[in-house]
Amino acid sequence: MIRARDLEKRYGRRRVLTGVDLAVPAGGFAVVTGPNGSGKTTLLRVLAGLAAPTRGELEVHADRAQLGYLAHEPLVYRELTALENLDLFGRLYRVPERRERIGMLLERFGLWDARGSRVSTYSRGMTQRLALCRALLHDPALLLLDEPYSSLDEEGAELLDRELGALAGERTFVVTTHDAPRLHRLATVEVTLA
Amino acid sequence: MTYLADVAALTRKDLRVELRAGDTLPAMLLFVLSTLVVFHFALPEGTGDDAAYGLLWVAIVFAALLGLARAWVPEQEHGVLDGLVLAPSDRSAIWLGKTLATLAFLAAAQVVALPAFILFFAPLDLTAIAGVLLADIGICAVGSLMAAMASAGRSRELLLPLLVLPLAIPLIVGGVGAAISPESERYLLLLALYDGVFAVLSWASFEYVVTEHSS
Amino acid sequence: MSTSAIRSVPGLALLTAGLMGSALVLALIVVPEDADQGISQRIFYIHVPIALTAYFCFGLGAWKALLLLWRGEERHDLESYVAIHQGTIFGALTLITGSIWAKASWGRWWLWSEDQLVLFLVLFLFYCAYFMLRFSLEDGPRRARSSAVYALFGVVLIPVSFLAIRLAEDLIHPTVFTRDGPQMSGSMFATFCVAWGAVTLLAYVLYRVELAGKRLDADLRDLREALP
Repeated sequence: MIRARDLEKRYGRRRVLTGVDLAVPAGGFAVVTGPNGSGKTTLLRVLAGLAAPTRGELEVHADRAQLGYLAHEPLVYRELTALENLDLFGRLYRVPERRERIGMLLERFGLWDARGSRVSTYSRGMTQRLALCRALLHDPALLLLDEPYSSLDEEGAELLDRELGALAGERTFVVTTHDAPRLHRLATVEVTLA
Repeated sequence: MTYLADVAALTRKDLRVELRAGDTLPAMLLFVLSTLVVFHFALPEGTGDDAAYGLLWVAIVFAALLGLARAWVPEQEHGVLDGLVLAPSDRSAIWLGKTLATLAFLAAAQVVALPAFILFFAPLDLTAIAGVLLADIGICAVGSLMAAMASAGRSRELLLPLLVLPLAIPLIVGGVGAAISPESERYLLLLALYDGVFAVLSWASFEYVVTEHSS
Repeated sequence: MSTSAIRSVPGLALLTAGLMGSALVLALIVVPEDADQGISQRIFYIHVPIALTAYFCFGLGAWKALLLLWRGEERHDLESYVAIHQGTIFGALTLITGSIWAKASWGRWWLWSEDQLVLFLVLFLFYCAYFMLRFSLEDGPRRARSSAVYALFGVVLIPVSFLAIRLAEDLIHPTVFTRDGPQMSGSMFATFCVAWGAVTLLAYVLYRVELAGKRLDADLRDLREALP
């Protein structure tokens, strides 16, 4: 699904990624760890196609419609409600049976009651859950998740565990995290960035 | 056509977000009105009406800049622009949605500003108003693109007027000409030409401004 | 860099020096003085070629920009930037020489009725903003692509602005090229062509020199980083 060799990403003179190799087969679960500033977020951006590598080879066998991305930022509009946000992205991603799918995801992540409130009223944990809904909305084949557990409370983390457990093996994952042990049981590939 | 549906969804989103945040439209309106009042004091006694038309256009352009400076702010909060860019929909739809929404706000501000101008200064005939509408299209089209370019970097509030003002000069010529010249058709034609050329160019190049490589 | 002597930069620089020298001699001494405008008309031999060269540089910058967006090769970004840089310098020179011409011919340093001058003023402002744009963005594909789009806008702005200025002002700039042909005598036309060739070649040589210099800087930086 993903094949990367000797990836490098520079911003001007700053080298953020150097010599990164990664191979993730379809259905694989890659866990990327490393200290702050080691380029985990940049790696995901490169894999998502948001950033162009300055050197190296990269093959990602998933187009935009098959790619789900969870960034450090929630990627949702503050002034819109959860429903409105997901409806917009549902349209842009051509999600079939959009309303049902949105309802199901909101319920699964415990946001159903808050669906009509603006995101600006949400706690960080709720916003993160909404961001997860957004990433999963179109049932993507490839999921790139940047520290998905951050900002989640205990309940939210358990919801995510359940979701990942259900999808692992059927979907391909690349997940960056500070909490490697949590994902260890699911991981098929483990990469550490210096 | 899904493209038009995307544009509709995006325009709706932009209108909704702005109406809820609620600060840009009142600011643009108040700005235009204040500017017109300032102009009254700035124009010496005996200045012809023609000068007033010129100043109207200055007020319009600067009000538009005010609106454009805020245009991409919702996309920058929470990094939403990345989310829009990653969607399988055409990136140019993002630009078009934003342009249409900005156009709506500029027109809304002018619905108050133009009657105020007529009240304070001089009458506006149909060709003058046609000129205003055509110029609105041009400035929103080009301005949305430039604002997107500027927001990727630092000092974006300073940069936007610098990028837009030289491009706005033909619009000002067209607008003022449409208002005061007996041969107003030529000026309206200039505005239409500008809109045609620059709107298409903006529409086509937006994709390149928000992505790092073709994917 | 090609190895052929005539295409190498030193060879071209020598040729440029020769052409510029001949152009100056022709323009200042050889060519007869214009009956209407007198000695000030001689500035025309340098002013118009500089203006045309500025247009040429902006066009080259836009072409390289198009190549960057179309083919995605990084080197076109630097080429576009250097071409526009040269264009802006020649643009500034156009304004200066044009201003001198205006003072000598009509007694004032600036005339809004001078279409070409006004157009260059607008373009100069536009391209100065180009550098501000580049300065505010971090080095990378984003900066390269935004600059390229802006460069394309510039080239489209030239005819549109020209039309706008034409509509806005009266035309009292003496048109040198009428529809029938240049309103110049044979020797004047020949001098003009020599001067035009010289200035264009000068711009090209400066372009190559600046490009080579910047590439060298970049290579040096890469080398420095590769060393432990």
